[in-house]
Amino acid sequence: MAEGEVSVLVGGKAGEGISSAGQIIAHLLGQLGYRIHMYFDYPSLIKGGHNFAIIRGARGKIGSVRSRVDLILALDQETLRVHEGRLNDHGVVVYNADTARYPPGIGIAIKSILAAEEAPPVMGNSAILGAFVKAAGIEWAFAEGVLTKSFRKGTGQNLRVARRAYEASEERLRIPATGMTGLPGFTGNEAMGIGLVEAGLGVYLSYPMSPTSNLLHFLAGYSDEVRIRVIQPESEIAVILAALGCAYAGTRAAVGTSGGGFSLMVEALGLAGMAELPVVIVVGQRAGPSTGLATYTAQADLEFAIHAGHGEFPRLVIAPGDAEESRTWIRAAMDLAWKYQIPALFLPDRIICEGMYSLDPSVTMKSRADPVMAGPDIHPYLRYAPTDSGISPLRFPPVKGEVIRVNSHAHDTDGITTEDPGITRTMAEKRQKKMLGLAAEIEGMHPVNIAGDTDATTGVLCWGSNKGICAELGETLSLRVIQPVALWPFPEKSFAEAMDGVERFFGVETNETGQLVRLVRQFGYRADGMVLKYDGRPFMLEDLEQELRRVMA
Amino acid sequence: MKGIDLISHAKNTWCPGCGNFAVQHILKDLLAQMDGGGLPLENVVLVAGIGQHGKLFDFMNLNGFYSLHGRTIPVATGIKLANPSLRVICVTGDGDSYAEGLDHLIFAAKRNLDITVLVHDNRVYGLTTGQFTPTSPYGYRGHSTPRGEREMPLNPMDLMLAAGATFIGRGYTGRRDELKRLIREAILHRGFSFVDILQICSTYNDLTAYYNERVYAWSEEDAGDRQAAERKAGEWNYSDDAKIGLGVMFRHTAPTFEDAYPVPGKMSPDERAGWVARILSERS
Repeated sequence: MAEGEVSVLVGGKAGEGISSAGQIIAHLLGQLGYRIHMYFDYPSLIKGGHNFAIIRGARGKIGSVRSRVDLILALDQETLRVHEGRLNDHGVVVYNADTARYPPGIGIAIKSILAAEEAPPVMGNSAILGAFVKAAGIEWAFAEGVLTKSFRKGTGQNLRVARRAYEASEERLRIPATGMTGLPGFTGNEAMGIGLVEAGLGVYLSYPMSPTSNLLHFLAGYSDEVRIRVIQPESEIAVILAALGCAYAGTRAAVGTSGGGFSLMVEALGLAGMAELPVVIVVGQRAGPSTGLATYTAQADLEFAIHAGHGEFPRLVIAPGDAEESRTWIRAAMDLAWKYQIPALFLPDRIICEGMYSLDPSVTMKSRADPVMAGPDIHPYLRYAPTDSGISPLRFPPVKGEVIRVNSHAHDTDGITTEDPGITRTMAEKRQKKMLGLAAEIEGMHPVNIAGDTDATTGVLCWGSNKGICAELGETLSLRVIQPVALWPFPEKSFAEAMDGVERFFGVETNETGQLVRLVRQFGYRADGMVLKYDGRPFMLEDLEQELRRVMA
Repeated sequence: MKGIDLISHAKNTWCPGCGNFAVQHILKDLLAQMDGGGLPLENVVLVAGIGQHGKLFDFMNLNGFYSLHGRTIPVATGIKLANPSLRVICVTGDGDSYAEGLDHLIFAAKRNLDITVLVHDNRVYGLTTGQFTPTSPYGYRGHSTPRGEREMPLNPMDLMLAAGATFIGRGYTGRRDELKRLIREAILHRGFSFVDILQICSTYNDLTAYYNERVYAWSEEDAGDRQAAERKAGEWNYSDDAKIGLGVMFRHTAPTFEDAYPVPGKMSPDERAGWVARILSERS
């Protein structure tokens, strides 16, 4: 085991509950005081195929996994065939003795355990969990508490299955408690859901698409409790237009999709810009182009997000780097969308969406200013009234004696269509003024993170889920890690401060061409090299370390 | 409130003789009357698509959302989610609702969304200078089909019946009084109401004589009978020489989308914080 940390791989067929087993292991490690990250890898199918999760626990905050692991939990032989090479010296294998064979490991006769409890085959993952608990030297009483909270249904039966497997297993190593306070584990999708609720979400709309489907499911599951409506319309086009209808009538709406669905939304993105309607659009990035790799990751939609749509209009683009930033910045994105009456794009990558992170509940961001509302004494109400900030005070129908118009055409202050050159120009400038205010406000929100060796003169530039892995390598390799969270309007001032003293820097991105590297070049920063990955998989800690050393040499 | 107060200061740019004038004046008179009769004007929202019909948005003093081509209905869905007490009237065109945004029309009918969709069906693209639309008659000659269109038109009446619309009617701008009554009933209908308005395009597709020879009023006694509605829908295929029925073709009541998704009460900041604290602690 690497000093003070542990890595576990659990694998099996799709439909065997690999993701939930992985999540429960993550919760166990989290409650032992580890800071965790889980990577879940699955092909795009419902049953069969090979699924696996790697769960890593460490003493410091992490956002990546190693390719080497200390324990392999194999529900089938395929898991061992594919992953045996990852096992560290003295690593332990726990396997389903009915379907796999690995003599040095701990074989568990899962079928007979399930038969003894009259449990369905899907509870095989509970057996492997119970066997893991014993193999890892974790106290049963402690594990029982975490498992009880984690099973979504059939808790008693799952616990009995786990307990039988625990008894049949043997202690091979000891994962000690760290002595630090346990933190809960959340996926980015869940953290975004929490942040949206905190942001006063009224309606969430989505057409299902990986990797944001689980955000749809999370909010749908809690919709009654948090008093929101979750709607699944006929297409992404309907999704975003309905969100804009909500905005017109005063209800906060958000939508979730991936690049393909966002492509369909682009026409309405321009409508949001022109009509000045707030909306939060979550674009969970997966490997494209086109259908691409439906369940694998990429960071290849940054330029698309910044440039999508014809014409020029203000927008906000945020890329969170972990679950905490997913929670806090999506709330900020909603508040800013409403304050400036603009579309806000929230751009997690698939690792953020479906990966699990320790979430420190104390990391929050205070809510931004409320939207600017028009008082009842203003008559006639003009939806696009000119102001110094470019922000026109809002009112929502019905208002007796007033007419409230929003318009996709060039329009006058009352929202009536115009082709007049002077009005066209004045209104375009009004919209751009909002961008200036937004850019200034963003600078005050710590939009650029610095991590690793913050005094180093060699920098690593990254965004999104590469935050965690780069921060960790920044410590190891004495590199200054610069991670902009707000990407548009680009926080020039904060970025300059972060780069102050950096003599050379290297981009790390999960795309083929270095989109953030290209973006910062507009502002005068030229990277000295790049490490890029575009095979749908995230960087593993050892691999990126090697690549960085190579590119910096 | 007088109807004339509902006409905005925006300069009217429709061609003389355009069928849109009839719809505009019917709407202004109707809404002015209804303002005193239980439908306050401020509760009305006009959602317009793109086409000559969409200019109604500019020409009337009504709350409005001037949307994209084909995209009135999803916007209306959002408005109704936010505030079901608003009375949303989508004014759309035949290109708008039968071509670019056809899926939305079908889904609004499927959901029984409580809105009114008025399709200004002039059976030609006017704003883009006279190309054929989904309801243009077979053989229609326009700039894009100089030798005549080779597709049969879509029958929107059949389509709406199949999609589950709970109010389906057809009007004609040359029969103003009947059209006014039809639109009034559509607005008052609880659920999805659809009116295909045959209106002439005085520049590109003036079918005044054709319609005048063929239109007649449907008997509405059997408007609740689906089989009768199917028969009526099939009388004329939007191309041949059959009689063209006008009025309410089908009407029945069913639970609405708004019934299925009522607006919940808002959470207080304390309740919200309490929920978040609970979600976080459940995993600790």
